[in-house]
Amino acid sequence: MSEPLARRVPIRVLTFVAVLGVLWGIWELWHWIGTRFKLTWPFTVNDVTMPHLHRIVQALFQPAQANGPSLLHVLLNASLFTAKEAALGFALGAVGGFAIAVVLSQSRFLERGIIPYVVASQTIPLLAIAPMVVVGLGSKGIHDWLAVSVLAAYLTFFPVTINALRGLQSADPRAVELMRSYAASRWSILWKLQAPTSLPYLFSAFRIAAPLAIVGAIISEPSASIQGGLGGAIVNFNQYYSIEPQDLWATNVISALLGIGFFLIVVLAERLLVRRAPENVA
Amino acid sequence: MNEPAVVSLQGVSKEFRGGTVALQGIDLEVHPREFVSLIGPSGCGKSTLLRIIGDLVPPSTGTVQVNGKTAERARRDRDYGIVFQQAVLYDWRTVGKNIALPLEMLGWDRKRRVERVQEMLELVDLESFAGHHPWQLSGGMQQRVSIARALSFEPPLLLMDEPFGALDEMTRERLNAELLRIWAETGSTVVFVTHSIAEAVFLSTRVVVMSARPGRVAQVIDVDLPQPRTNAVREEPRFFELVTEVREALIHGGAELVR
Repeated sequence: MSEPLARRVPIRVLTFVAVLGVLWGIWELWHWIGTRFKLTWPFTVNDVTMPHLHRIVQALFQPAQANGPSLLHVLLNASLFTAKEAALGFALGAVGGFAIAVVLSQSRFLERGIIPYVVASQTIPLLAIAPMVVVGLGSKGIHDWLAVSVLAAYLTFFPVTINALRGLQSADPRAVELMRSYAASRWSILWKLQAPTSLPYLFSAFRIAAPLAIVGAIISEPSASIQGGLGGAIVNFNQYYSIEPQDLWATNVISALLGIGFFLIVVLAERLLVRRAPENVA
Repeated sequence: MNEPAVVSLQGVSKEFRGGTVALQGIDLEVHPREFVSLIGPSGCGKSTLLRIIGDLVPPSTGTVQVNGKTAERARRDRDYGIVFQQAVLYDWRTVGKNIALPLEMLGWDRKRRVERVQEMLELVDLESFAGHHPWQLSGGMQQRVSIARALSFEPPLLLMDEPFGALDEMTRERLNAELLRIWAETGSTVVFVTHSIAEAVFLSTRVVVMSARPGRVAQVIDVDLPQPRTNAVREEPRFFELVTEVREALIHGGAELVR
C-alpha cells in the first residue's frame, strides 16, 4: 500500500493494454505468415484454427441467432449465471477448505491420516464425480445449479486446505510460547494467533481457487444439463466450430474475463483485509 | 528475607532428548522485589532455566515453585509476564491491541482494557503510538511494547530472556534505565537472562553466574550498588569492581570470555 492507488492503477491499465496489443500483433502476424506460406507445422493456419481477432470482437456484437440478442448479451447472461454458481462454489470451497485445515491442524495424527485422501480427491476427474453429485442432490429436489456449485467447491477447497494448513502451522514458536504463558486455550491460540497468521497463506490459495471455481462451474454445467451458463455456451458453440469458430473464441474470451474478474476481487479483498508489514505481504 | 520466595528451584536439571544435559542441580531462590540476572556463556541453559520457571519447558528432575505453587499452577494463574529477545508482536494488531492481548485472555471488558493500555503506554513512554502497527516502530520501541504487554496484567513476576540482546548499545542503555524505573514503579520481581556483564551488574540486585555444559550455578554475586540507579552508576569504581567480579566468576566457571 506504499504507492497511492491513483498513480498505480493507470500504470497497470497501460501495461495491460500494451501487452494485449503485442499479443494481438503476434497473433495476426502468425496468422499472416501461416496463410501466406501455407504453414502446416505445428498446425495448419486458416480462419478456422485462428480466426482474426477483430472477427471475434465483431461476433460479440452480432446476433447469436437470427433476430436474437447479440452474442455479447447472450454471453453476459451466461456469465452471470456461471458467476453465481462459481461464487457459491468458491464460498463453499473456501469455508469448507479452511474448516478441514482447522481440524487437521489440531492433531498430527489427523493430518497424516487425512491428507492423503485430500490429495487423492483431486486425482479424480470432476467429470467422474459429477453424475453422483448431480443425481444425489437432484434426488433431494435441489436445484441443478447448486450441484454445479458443489462441484466447483470440490475443486476450490483443495488449495485452500493445503495452504491454510501450512499457514495455521507457521505461527512463530515464540508467539505460541507467549500464548502458553497466558495459559491461553487451544481455541484462543487458534483464533488469536494461528488464524491471523494463516491469512496471507489463505489469500494465496484464494487467488488460485477463484479462477478454479469458474473452471469448475463451466466443466460441471454440461453434467448437470445446464444450458444457460458459459459451460452450456461452450458445448453449443463447439458444435458449430468449423462454421463459426469466432463464437467459441468469443465465449473463451468472456470466460477468461470472468476468471480474471474473480481473481481481481480476491486481490482487492486481500488489500483491504490483510494488514501486514510490507515485507511480509505475499 | 521472611517473605516466601517468588521463585524457588530445587535440584532442577534438564536433559534434552539425545542426551544433552542443559542444566544440572540448580538451586535458586528469588525473593519478592528482587532483580536477579542469569548470566553465562551460550549453551549454559539460562534461557532453558527461564522457560522452566515459566512452565514452558518441563524440568527433567527437581522441583519448581512459583509464588508457592507449582510452576504449572502459577502459569495457569498468570503469575508471570514474559519478554523475549524478539518483541514477538502480532503484526495484524495495533500497538494498543498487542498490549491488550493478555487482558483479552483474562476476560477483561473493553473499557477496562483500553484504560489499562493507556496506562501501560504511558509507563513505557509510547502514549501516541497506540494506533500504530508494530512494523512502523523501531526495534527499541517494539521491545518497550513487549514489556508493556508483559506488565499489563500486573503479574508479580517478570521473566525476561535477553530482551535487549538484539538492540544497539545506546538503545540498550536507555532501555536498561527505563526498565529500572518501571521495576521501581511496579514493584515486581524480575528474572533476567543476559550475556552482557555490564547489563547484569547495572540492573540486578543479584547476579547468578552460570557455567556451561552442563549448566550449573557457578557463583551468586550480590550487587550492592545504591538504588535508585542512574547511568552515572556505570562510571563508579564499585560498578567496575562488580563487573570484574562477575567476569572472573565467568572465567572461573569455565566460560570463554564473553566480552
